[in-house]
Amino acid sequence: MPWSKPFVFLLCLTPFGLLVWGAVNNDLGADPTNEITHQTGTWALRFLLASLAMTPLRKLLGSAWPIRFRRMLGLFAFFYATMHLATYVFVDLGLYWPQVLEDVVKRPFITVGFAAWLILLALAVTSTRGMQRRLGRQWARLHKLVYLAIGLVILHFLWLVKADLREPLIYAAVALVLLAFRVKPLKMLRH
Amino acid sequence: MSYRYKQPKPSEITPESIYKRRRELLKAAGFGATLLPLSPSLMADSEEGPQGSAIKASKSPLSSDLEPNSWNDITTYNNFYEFGTGKGDPARNAHTLQAKPWTVTVSGEVDEPGQISLEDVMSTFPMEERIYRLRCVEAWSMVVPWVGFPLAELIKRFKPNSRAKYVAFKTLYDPQQMPGQRRAVLPWPYVEGLRLDEAMHPLTILATGIYGRELPNQNGAPLRLVVPWKYGFKSIKSIVSIELTEEQPPTSWNLAIPSEYGFYANVNPEVDHPRWSQASERVIGSGFSLFGNRRETDPFNGYAEQVASMYKGMDLSRHF
Repeated sequence: MPWSKPFVFLLCLTPFGLLVWGAVNNDLGADPTNEITHQTGTWALRFLLASLAMTPLRKLLGSAWPIRFRRMLGLFAFFYATMHLATYVFVDLGLYWPQVLEDVVKRPFITVGFAAWLILLALAVTSTRGMQRRLGRQWARLHKLVYLAIGLVILHFLWLVKADLREPLIYAAVALVLLAFRVKPLKMLRH
Repeated sequence: MSYRYKQPKPSEITPESIYKRRRELLKAAGFGATLLPLSPSLMADSEEGPQGSAIKASKSPLSSDLEPNSWNDITTYNNFYEFGTGKGDPARNAHTLQAKPWTVTVSGEVDEPGQISLEDVMSTFPMEERIYRLRCVEAWSMVVPWVGFPLAELIKRFKPNSRAKYVAFKTLYDPQQMPGQRRAVLPWPYVEGLRLDEAMHPLTILATGIYGRELPNQNGAPLRLVVPWKYGFKSIKSIVSIELTEEQPPTSWNLAIPSEYGFYANVNPEVDHPRWSQASERVIGSGFSLFGNRRETDPFNGYAEQVASMYKGMDLSRHF
């Protein structure tokens, strides 16, 4: 399937394209800033979950192809997380951007979100084959941080909601299922 | 020089140099104009002016000269959990509300308890236009041209007695009409309260309309409270009961999360919400620009001069 990678790449870019289209056409509702922040944040979470789904999927299907997309999905998670952070700092806070420093220190839900972004940054920077080779055994250990990242992202989401926790709880449930596949006893059951 | 009402800050006024270049700037933005005919949303926007029956309203010296948000902004961006927790949910779901006929019960510490129908409200009280900025506790704001009348006028008609210290309000409870009430996101019915002096303040109104039209359901039809110096959640919607009380009444958000929402809920840039800053606010309005969507939050939402004296001697970081 030589076209599968470019196809998935374009698919992953579609939510971003729709947001740009919506922004240009002034079609994002009364609070476009919040809409972009919410959408990019949600897509970062979804891509992170998708990248975490590839290993279980390989085992379920008994085929290696899902692993070919794992890095791309992870990098898109980082891409949307970066858009999310940039929208918050440059569009939402705008000229009040120094407030972000205070926010990162004083607001736990922002501290947690920022920490998750730092982890994704580290994983993105070390995602190349060259870095993988250079880091050797350390690479796999470093990339286990993705489990911490997904936990922080979900905490970030749960923490910012005012009263209706349904949406973040659905993502939390999906994350738990994906993490459960990594637990040793469950792995043994499968063999 | 002192003005009776808040004047725009120098930073909010377009510098003359830019103002004079407006034609050039418009031309420079021409590529945007070529996209206009392609955009169904913009064409729809221009058609969706204020809708609903008109209400006669006079100008009020207590109004402001702020530029109001569009009808579309005001009627599609709502917090009204009785119709869902998303901002767009009320506009989609509130059609099930039967705003006519409507009766409000006035009870408690009054000499003449009773009921008043919406028709009586409309024919008894002269309606005024009050353009107020609405500051939400979520740190955004929009400007709404309300139509309404001072709450004090209604309360006086029912003759509060000397024991009356507070006013308790209640929203309709009917999960058939308000599907959001089928889930316990908040304790239902929604309740709110004011101290009697706050309720009798001339800035405090009961609103019956927006933009000279009857209130759309999603904005709290047919009768809602508006207290412009407090966070939006104090301004309870679709009111069925007003009760004068001796004790401070319970309020919904305070019942739900007491550590985050107090009884007073005065707009205060100095006292942050436990999870976010209240120092500045995002200005709502479709069509946004980089760096230009935020303003500094004013103490008491700009009404410090008129209302701050009511809270003299109170520790506002404790009575948040």
